[in-house]
Amino acid sequence: MNLFAIFTEALGALRQNRLRTGLTMLGMIIGVAAVVLMLSIGQGARTKITETIAAMGSNLFIVVPGATSSGGFSFGSGSVRTLTINDAYSIADLASVSATAPVTSGTVQLNYAAKNWSTIITGTTPDYFIVGNWKMESGTIFTDSDIRSAARVVVLGAITAKNLFGEEDPVGKTIRITNRPFLVVGVLMAKGQSLTGRDQDDNIFIPITTSERQITGNPFPGSIRYMLVQGKSAEDMDIAEIEITQLLRQRHRIGKGKENDFTVRNLTAIADVATDAAKIMSIVLGAIASVSLLVGGIGIMNIMLVSVTERTREIGIRMAIGANQQAILTQFLLEAMMICIMGGLLGLLIGIGGAWVVSQVADMLIVITLGMVGLAFLFASAVGIFFGFYPARKAASLKPVDALRYE
Amino acid sequence: MAMNISAEPLIRIEHLEKSYSLQDAYGHTITNPVLFDVNLLIRYGEFVAIMGQSGSGKSTLMNILGCLDTPSKGSYWLAGEDISTLSNDQLAHIRNQRIGFVFQGFNLLKRMTALENVAMPLLYAGIHRAQSRKRALELLCRTGLEKFSQHQPNQLSGGQQQRVAISRALINNPPLILADEPTGNLDSQTSQEIMQLFQKLNQEQGMTIVLVTHEDDIAAYAKRLIILKDGRVIVDKNNI
Repeated sequence: MNLFAIFTEALGALRQNRLRTGLTMLGMIIGVAAVVLMLSIGQGARTKITETIAAMGSNLFIVVPGATSSGGFSFGSGSVRTLTINDAYSIADLASVSATAPVTSGTVQLNYAAKNWSTIITGTTPDYFIVGNWKMESGTIFTDSDIRSAARVVVLGAITAKNLFGEEDPVGKTIRITNRPFLVVGVLMAKGQSLTGRDQDDNIFIPITTSERQITGNPFPGSIRYMLVQGKSAEDMDIAEIEITQLLRQRHRIGKGKENDFTVRNLTAIADVATDAAKIMSIVLGAIASVSLLVGGIGIMNIMLVSVTERTREIGIRMAIGANQQAILTQFLLEAMMICIMGGLLGLLIGIGGAWVVSQVADMLIVITLGMVGLAFLFASAVGIFFGFYPARKAASLKPVDALRYE
Repeated sequence: MAMNISAEPLIRIEHLEKSYSLQDAYGHTITNPVLFDVNLLIRYGEFVAIMGQSGSGKSTLMNILGCLDTPSKGSYWLAGEDISTLSNDQLAHIRNQRIGFVFQGFNLLKRMTALENVAMPLLYAGIHRAQSRKRALELLCRTGLEKFSQHQPNQLSGGQQQRVAISRALINNPPLILADEPTGNLDSQTSQEIMQLFQKLNQEQGMTIVLVTHEDDIAAYAKRLIILKDGRVIVDKNNI
């Protein structure tokens, strides 16, 4: 038995009924296109979230001063300034911690030449840029000696720099922050939105000492709004959390059984939730798309069953002149598979085209991987074999004498 | 197959019975016998006509002879081979190699050319496409249809279609041709031409032909006449 010859027979049969073949194929085309499109959207969302998380910095804790109560009345976390710069420095010495960055903040008015702009000011230490995984667009960050001397130097966020300077290079220029002159030493590279949707690029950074003494002022000198802590490794985040808590309790002289006056939050855990959400979204999208592929497959089975009935006499003739069961089975199975594979290829092209359109129109990140293409194709072939087998088997198991007598 | 000619007949049927099982409206199985105790010997080179009224079992006998159906009882040897022991695939191989079928309704595949129809059995014999087309064309020449090789069946007359079918039956050089009312759909002039073609094949190439018909003038071309009635052979005689 010559497989190529039977392939030719199958192709001939499909061409005899072009409209029907085309319509059956349409089910497959839509199914595969939907799978490719949905997978690429899901993958795009996951890639986007991974990028955002990487930009946020890895293994992060945020430590906020917190919750005090007075006369049975509880205030929210951050209501009392119990954390100090020195807390931050001593946490940095822990074995499980690689860096800390204390932060104070406020809102200020900036001037440069005739322009002015209002933004958030962050007083911090050079480690902030390491912990937060910031990269420089131009210039440098301020140094530890700037912290000690409370120097009037500033690092600008990308949006702030653009609003204040336009196309001009801000490095080396002097801006006025609440009317005090500051030297711009660097501009940060844009990061985009955070996971919570906050713009991370409209802000400025100055040494924490300068901020406290000259800009925001501080009713409790040495206190900070919050601190970022970076753990040494992803595996030791739990240990780091315990060590930070113990150290702070000790430093704040909190007795046994008393509530913490601070809160340690693991930001990586928040990122994990976002990653999981994106993963679930891709699975749900893929599952919905698979249903259309399944429906397409059932359509193929339906048409093949009709085709077998219609061509009973042809099957009888073929058997009478010497086709064995395997030859008949192969021909009908090949017909179903050809519909699937051709439909799969067309669906693939349409799915990729659709993904491109979505990425242009909705401004979404769309990722198409080779694995995805392979998966869709494999799935289409599997549908062809699975749904083509029963009708093919039905054709092959006809008795020659009955098939020939069929009107 | 020369060594078989004297020793073993092409067809040997002994005590053959065939019955069909049906279910009646109450779900009882009813056995409906069609052939009773048929014994038959057909030697190489014979030209046999089988006659009988409708319902006499001649088509059933033909289907069994053609390995399209299997006997309920008794035995059937074709060219020395016991058909009842063969698998479906082996039966398909026998139909492909040893038997050429000619049907009343021609049974050509629509939307295929005459050439492709004739070459079809070679597809299942595993013969290469180019070679099978060449052989198909030779046969169409022999049956006088070389001009029509690229025509589809519905573009041909009944007589031409039947000649395409005969070419298809001959393509694997089978020892046995089974023709089931081959002239039933043809006018008398064309019927004569088709019968002359069968006669020529029998006389010049020594092909064994078994023919079912209910027309006396068609049966007259055969050298031997078998008449069935109610599933039994009632006449078996030389037809000269």
